[in-house]
Amino acid sequence: MKSRFSPPIGKISQINGKCISLIGDDIDTDRIIPARFLKCINFDSLGKSVFEDDREPLKGNHPFDLKENQGASILIVNSNFGCGSSREHAPQALMRWGIKAIIGESFAEIFYSNCIAIGIPCFTLTKKSIQNIQKLNQNKYLFLDIDLNSSSAKSKDLNFELEIKESTRKMFLSGEWDATATLLENISLVERKFEELPYTKFSYDLSSSVGKN
Amino acid sequence: MSQDTLFDKVWDLHKVSSLPGGSDQIFIGLHLIHEVTSPQAFGALKDKNLKVKFPSRTVATVDHIVPTDNQSRPFKDNLAEQMIETLEKNCLQHKIRFYNIGSGNQGIVHVVAPELGLTQPGMTIACGDSHTSTHGAFGSIAFGIGTSQVRDVLASQTIAMNKLKVRQIWCDNELSYGVYAKDLVLHIINKLGVKAGVGFAYEFAGPAINALSMEERMTICNMSIEGGARCGYINPDEKTFSYIKNKLYAPKNESWNKALLWWKSLISDENSIYDDVIKLDASKVEPTVTWGITPAQSVGINQKIPLLKELHPNDQFVAEEAYEYMAFKPGQTIKDTPVDVCFIGSCTNGRISDLRVAAKILKDKKVSKKVKAFVVPGSEKVANEAKGEGLDKIFRDSGFQWREPGCSMCLAMNSDKLIGNQVSASSSNRNFKGRQGSPTGRTLLMSPAMVAAAAINGKVSDIRDFINK
Repeated sequence: MKSRFSPPIGKISQINGKCISLIGDDIDTDRIIPARFLKCINFDSLGKSVFEDDREPLKGNHPFDLKENQGASILIVNSNFGCGSSREHAPQALMRWGIKAIIGESFAEIFYSNCIAIGIPCFTLTKKSIQNIQKLNQNKYLFLDIDLNSSSAKSKDLNFELEIKESTRKMFLSGEWDATATLLENISLVERKFEELPYTKFSYDLSSSVGKN
Repeated sequence: MSQDTLFDKVWDLHKVSSLPGGSDQIFIGLHLIHEVTSPQAFGALKDKNLKVKFPSRTVATVDHIVPTDNQSRPFKDNLAEQMIETLEKNCLQHKIRFYNIGSGNQGIVHVVAPELGLTQPGMTIACGDSHTSTHGAFGSIAFGIGTSQVRDVLASQTIAMNKLKVRQIWCDNELSYGVYAKDLVLHIINKLGVKAGVGFAYEFAGPAINALSMEERMTICNMSIEGGARCGYINPDEKTFSYIKNKLYAPKNESWNKALLWWKSLISDENSIYDDVIKLDASKVEPTVTWGITPAQSVGINQKIPLLKELHPNDQFVAEEAYEYMAFKPGQTIKDTPVDVCFIGSCTNGRISDLRVAAKILKDKKVSKKVKAFVVPGSEKVANEAKGEGLDKIFRDSGFQWREPGCSMCLAMNSDKLIGNQVSASSSNRNFKGRQGSPTGRTLLMSPAMVAAAAINGKVSDIRDFINK
């Protein structure tokens, strides 16, 4: 039995672990977690269902089933990973399977912001670099030490720079990727904004009519 | 960097602060929630001991998991019942207005909010659903968010976000006869690709866009996300204003005049600066059908499925995957492909005008015996309006099943699913592998008119052959 999952909290600066390569462009969130698994009121049971419909026909030969990939925590992907639905269930399922960071050629936007919001740094590299890493990972175990302070990764025989948006990098280093507390610090400014915006006065106030559908 | 576009103006008006990391804290004017992406957000509020800051700025409905055949409670599916109960409980506890089944206003969240007049120009709108871009049709800045951001909006009415760049997509001329908004947006995604929009808001503009009705504009903005753009919008005009006027939550009396002035001040300036501009000729667009596993893999009805060598090298990998999954041969025609299931509905094309177009084609015709066809109105309002016009009878007489409102087989979270490797002609928005409920199911996206034509012939057909007859 695996130990109970504990989500990341606070500052994130180092991620170390084994790589798992998943080859393919435009891998959408329906594939990462098919819609039928969204029938849940918490994320707890999603880890085992990640890529369910891609895995099933491959009978144990999907990267997420291969013995050598068990325990991996750094996912290596290609272009436009996570496109489609905004379901946070997709990165939640990856995280609960064991993924702690993703390196790819490019990411879909909502998926990327969902990853930040739950504490999974996503890094980008050129198409060629990704393909090289995937090729290397095909034949042998690849362990990486990722350092967000220097935006770099190293292994026994590799040492390379990783691309990450500066604002995102800072959020992980400061712990502000978990945004709620930061947003609430400005709550008096939010209240002022609410007053300032014209439409909060000329449109509607629903609170008076709750329950009277 | 863009300047003086509607996007810039609305963004700046809603900016609460610049956050330390460099992103902006943005006020959300309207927050829409549904049963799938909100329960964990309410759970997180409870864990953090937080309240909903502005309950009046959040509105809920139930759409993704609702059955479309028998909606009596409790639902047959225990998990679906648990989800609707959780939403009911959360809305009651946090004093959030909830349009439940039977309220007369339940339906797909992106159909319901505009028809209630909740969606207005100049607002920021967020919802835990990627098709929130739909609301941009009214000149609002609307985008999908994940569950953690739903939590943040509930707690603070704001989210942290980097400002987007703005690309104008200028559509010259007008659509030809038998060509619809769906065809235009599929064409745009085909030309630009599924990831060109990453980091951008799309401003759709030009004579072809101006000529569209509000519902057609919603179809265009709805699919922005399929081109990678989290947000797509259209500057408001007289059509926008007259659509909103007299809706339940529209500004009334003096407020209406104030609103009009404000809305008009937000329209992109004539000399506004865009990060990118793309022009295309809308009169050249044909009825369009997808053949692959991304919404960009589409062709005109009389064109052939592209050969590998005709595609950009970056698109070849996914094309090979698509040929195999869809069992299409490169170079074959899409026309006459047999279909098993025909689905009219979704937040893309489940509105009254979509049902009218399809019913007009189906009147006095019969659906092919080989085909299972069903129509799922986008909302209770759409359903009632359709019944008032006798459209439900036309659908039923033709052999279509008439269902209750919901998301249904767009994403197949209820019992409406493809079986095995069935082929569906679908008016929805995604043709991803397994999207419609079967891991080997195959989806052909097209306009509702084209779905109706496919239903009658039992195969992919050119709608123009129908309406000219």
